[in-house]
Amino acid sequence: MAEPLIARTRWAVRSWRLCAAMWMRSTMAYRASFALTLGASLVTQSLDFVVLVLMFQHTDRLGGWTLPELAFLYATATFALGIANLLVGSIDGLGARIVNGTLDTMLIRPAPALSQLCAERFSLRRLGRPIQALVVLVWSLAALDVTWTWDRVLLVPALLLCGCVIFGAIWIGTATVQFWWGEAKEIQNSVTYGGATLLHYPPTIFAKELVAGVVFGVPLAFVNWLPALHVLGRPDPLGLPTAFQYASPLAAALCAAAAGLAWRTGLRAYRGTGS
Amino acid sequence: MPNAPGLYAAVARGAFRRYSTYRAATLAGAFTNTVFGIILASSFLALWQARPNLGGYDQSQAVTYIWVSQALLVTVAVWGGGFQDDLQDRFRSGDIAVDLYRPVDFQGWWLATDLGRAAFQLLVRGTVPLLVGALVFRTRMPEQPLTWAFFLLSVLLAVVVSFGLRFLVSITGFWLHDSEGVRSVMLVVSMFFSGMLLPIGLFPGLLGDVAPVLPWAALVQVPTDVFLERRTGAGLLGALGFQLAWAVALLGAGRAAQLLATRRVVVQGG
Repeated sequence: MAEPLIARTRWAVRSWRLCAAMWMRSTMAYRASFALTLGASLVTQSLDFVVLVLMFQHTDRLGGWTLPELAFLYATATFALGIANLLVGSIDGLGARIVNGTLDTMLIRPAPALSQLCAERFSLRRLGRPIQALVVLVWSLAALDVTWTWDRVLLVPALLLCGCVIFGAIWIGTATVQFWWGEAKEIQNSVTYGGATLLHYPPTIFAKELVAGVVFGVPLAFVNWLPALHVLGRPDPLGLPTAFQYASPLAAALCAAAAGLAWRTGLRAYRGTGS
Repeated sequence: MPNAPGLYAAVARGAFRRYSTYRAATLAGAFTNTVFGIILASSFLALWQARPNLGGYDQSQAVTYIWVSQALLVTVAVWGGGFQDDLQDRFRSGDIAVDLYRPVDFQGWWLATDLGRAAFQLLVRGTVPLLVGALVFRTRMPEQPLTWAFFLLSVLLAVVVSFGLRFLVSITGFWLHDSEGVRSVMLVVSMFFSGMLLPIGLFPGLLGDVAPVLPWAALVQVPTDVFLERRTGAGLLGALGFQLAWAVALLGAGRAAQLLATRRVVVQGG
């Protein structure tokens, strides 16, 4: 196992691509059904934004933030969650695979199990969420009243990219809990889907302990809250050093490393069913 | 027909016990409801700070609205599921044909299992979020002890209305090969029009006129308003009557659809 890390990563990504392509071919066999489900998921996932808009029918500020500002938070969090779900979302089936013994089948195949698990049932239908997020993002960027300095402009793509990595790492990291507790899938949902819902709203409306929890505990705040404070020129409710607003790449790297470690520990602790 | 009430009670008890074996998963689910409750209650607090008494709810009522709706989400299966998943499996395997010829009423059987499921979910996924909500936020519990009884009755009716809707969706499986598509559309409509995301009193214009009379209002909006004692006296009777009317209408429609479906199965010849 002395291969360099880069070669191993390349191999893992290639395996993921092959598995995903296989699953995609199978879903594309039914084009009409694909179009219908993509449409349905676009509508479903727009509902939470519709609710935000309906809230702003009754007020012009929520926690001191305007609708374009909330739309910016909504779009960035939803985009990051959507891309993470597209790339690694299938890993939540891990617990079921452990229970019925099919994880063993994956382990003996000549491709990394993590790649296979993440690409399982890959479907472009999951593009619905990031597409809808991009539409909202474009609207919010047009509607925002922001002086676009170069660092603010650069922060937007940076936070989108880091957000995807952070959510992806959280998805994998929390899924590994299923190695020890097979029924933990719902706990994972509370961090991923719950986390994204949390990030739709400005940090000012939550208890300070909660905000601190997603800065120093599960580092969700680096997905959009902290960089958004700088982009939108808002004061930090926790009064953290400005460096935190630029620290998303560091947080993303740490998250990815932690998730990788959790995965390897979990896999080592795993004992097959022998079936 | 040997359809003694005792049989259905036994079926319901069986379903209750079946769900109670997934204890850890249910607790994990209750945790998720609690996390969402905290996030949404905070967002409601912010909205009501900007607009006190919006929709006739004061701040503590608005926060309680979130916690009661989180308690009801899985109990009344706003997302669908429960017996639907079992039924879907039976459509795929073809076992559905066997079900129809059992000497037990098809609709009654599945209603009994769903009531058993709902009872268990109410016990765990209902009480846990409500307790945490009451501890962490300033909530408003019923002032009249009798309200709890009316609330439970309203939840029972909500489960039956929800069953009626889900049964109709599942029955489409006889015509469509897969009711998955209809299910995903139903999920969207159901989440929105049940009042799960926002009290339907806050919907604007035409949407606000139509939403309160649709069957989905019976799932979350009505039981929650009963809990908050916004419906009392004649209003309470009207609310429960509204739920009962939809329950009867939907069960009747489901029965008619079932008859048509049975005939179809016979025509195809098993």
